[in-house]
Amino acid sequence: MARRISALLSGLAAAALVSAAAFAADVKPAVIYDLGGKFDKSFNEGVFNGAQKFKKDSGVDFRDLEIQNDAQREQVLRKFAKDGFSPIMTVGFAWATALGKIADEFPDTKFGIIDMVVDKPNVQSIVFKEQEGSFLVGVIAAKTSKTGKVGFVGGMDIPLISKFECGYAQGVAYATGGKDEVFANMTGTTPAAWNDPVKGGELAKSQIDRGADIVYAAAGATGQGVLKAAADADKLSIGVDSDQDYLFPGKVLTSMLKHVDVATYDSFMDAKNGTWKAGIQALGLKEGGVDFATDEWNKTVLTADAKAAADAAKADIIAGKITVHDYTADNKCPN
Amino acid sequence: MSAPLKPLPAWADVALIPLVNVAAAFFISGLVVLAIGENPLEAVKLLIVGALGDLEGIGFTLYYATSFIFTGLAVAICFHAGLFNIGVEGQAYVAGLGAALVSLYLGAFLPGYSLAIVAILAGALFGAAFAAIPGYLQAKRDAHIVITTIMFNYVASALMGYLLVDVLRTPGQMNAETPGFPHYGDVPQFHELLKPLGIHWPVTPFNLTFLLALACAFGVWALIWRTRLGYAIRAVGANPTAAIYGGISPARVVIVTTLLSGALAGGMAANVILGEEHRLILEYTAGFGFVGIAVALMGRAHPAGIVLAAILFGVLYQGGAELAFDKPKISRDMIVVIQGLVVLFAGALEHMFRRPVAALLARRTTQPPI
Repeated sequence: MARRISALLSGLAAAALVSAAAFAADVKPAVIYDLGGKFDKSFNEGVFNGAQKFKKDSGVDFRDLEIQNDAQREQVLRKFAKDGFSPIMTVGFAWATALGKIADEFPDTKFGIIDMVVDKPNVQSIVFKEQEGSFLVGVIAAKTSKTGKVGFVGGMDIPLISKFECGYAQGVAYATGGKDEVFANMTGTTPAAWNDPVKGGELAKSQIDRGADIVYAAAGATGQGVLKAAADADKLSIGVDSDQDYLFPGKVLTSMLKHVDVATYDSFMDAKNGTWKAGIQALGLKEGGVDFATDEWNKTVLTADAKAAADAAKADIIAGKITVHDYTADNKCPN
Repeated sequence: MSAPLKPLPAWADVALIPLVNVAAAFFISGLVVLAIGENPLEAVKLLIVGALGDLEGIGFTLYYATSFIFTGLAVAICFHAGLFNIGVEGQAYVAGLGAALVSLYLGAFLPGYSLAIVAILAGALFGAAFAAIPGYLQAKRDAHIVITTIMFNYVASALMGYLLVDVLRTPGQMNAETPGFPHYGDVPQFHELLKPLGIHWPVTPFNLTFLLALACAFGVWALIWRTRLGYAIRAVGANPTAAIYGGISPARVVIVTTLLSGALAGGMAANVILGEEHRLILEYTAGFGFVGIAVALMGRAHPAGIVLAAILFGVLYQGGAELAFDKPKISRDMIVVIQGLVVLFAGALEHMFRRPVAALLARRTTQPPI
């Protein structure tokens, strides 16, 4: 076993241990992606980008790994922990069960999980208030829509996506006094729904046929089909997670930003500076965890009026004057 | 199946040909590894050491192998009746439902290990029931089993997706999975079993189902070559028309064979759901049912060959994971390429080396081929 570990370490030398800074700072960060894979143009890739930025700014390298099946979750977590990696960031709610077990086995290792709460003394749970960001894009959609009808296309039908939908609907209702209509569809009930741009496009088209002129996609790679369908029909769409305005310039109204990159970067930096804390980090508008995108690609479509309304709502949410209901709290949406 | 030009001695057929095939697959894989700028010999070493170099690796290898033995046997038993069951993936998936329902809801009535035993039987029953429909359609309605079982994989996927998302999921839980099972109903893992004996085995998902898999392999061998039903299965596989003359009802044999196949596929649920995950998760079969086809082909549909082929695939899965772990350049997609090459050479191109090997052996031995 000892020989095996030393062989492993020498194998890793080039990647992780060669950096003198890693020894000096005493952090060996690692990222383990979900089954969706590292370069998914949205969620996992956001974490990768955050880790890359950390590497650039701090000079500390990180290890990352994509798993192949569910049986490997505990295996790779245990392995990373045994090899002294810390903090270890796991990407996605599917890690919760495995992490809950491994966190007990390695009480001195720092773990992180995104999109889920794992209540252990050495786990940092990073969750986002997607409902707040979705509320803002809902306000923007309502202020921009000419037909008074807007659409929402979700990925897999899980509470997390209903949380996006519910925040969006609340934003639309807030901006119009409940007059606008919101069409909502989920792409499917299996993980395949995250990667089905054709069906996403069809759902968007049907919503457009029913009169929607803005469609918000919260559906991973499926969303690219939604954005394309809206652009083809000369309507507007709203992207999600990363800034997707550039995909169809002038056709994407804005994007609901979920800063997993910032969260990852901050978590690793805190570990390096010795300020890493376990517990729940709920990142909303106030914490800069979610936002809407304004950039060179959407300046022609995002009107000053809509932006002002969204900014006002943002200030009110931060000040606590508006509370956006979280669907996952009671599995219900107020409207 | 198709008759070779020259009959080979049995040892060459079951050992030499598969070995040559695997060697060829590894050779091509080595070239691919070389092309991405890694040392192929080192990669092979990492793969083998990662899978067999210590008890932890061996535990994971045998855990994967257990699933492959079941899916391989399920495919093989149908081969003997001339049926190509592609639906093992779906049958194993639905079998997971049977095992999960028993573990979740009958815990109060079944004490101790009887819960696990009933759950295993329920898994086999659900797997068999799901295979029964394509089997019936093949036997009575001449609907080709390849087509129906392919489609039944989608039926299984949709059914389980619905149940896990809308019915069985804990409210508010994001993962599409059932709540955890009560732990007294688990199939025990070896590291737990060996602890009281003072033997330290690292924590791995390797569990008692492995022994059940070996028992099933022996059972399938005994069934196929030592019983009247096995004779009937082989007769129908060789020539259904002739089998009728022998007083055998092909329809009955087809249905019974697919039932047995589905039940064997259900063994995977015992290994993964009851032995490791202790909850039913979405898509838990992860393609192992399809790998079972490769395992059955490579094992030449003989239980002994299937056990060996299953262990080889276990090595590829576990060693592949270690390889991806130790060599960041070799991503998980590379591992799929290597596994795919083994399937290609062992399954699709299994007869490629048959003629040269036969010629070589014929030159070496003077005795006429048997």
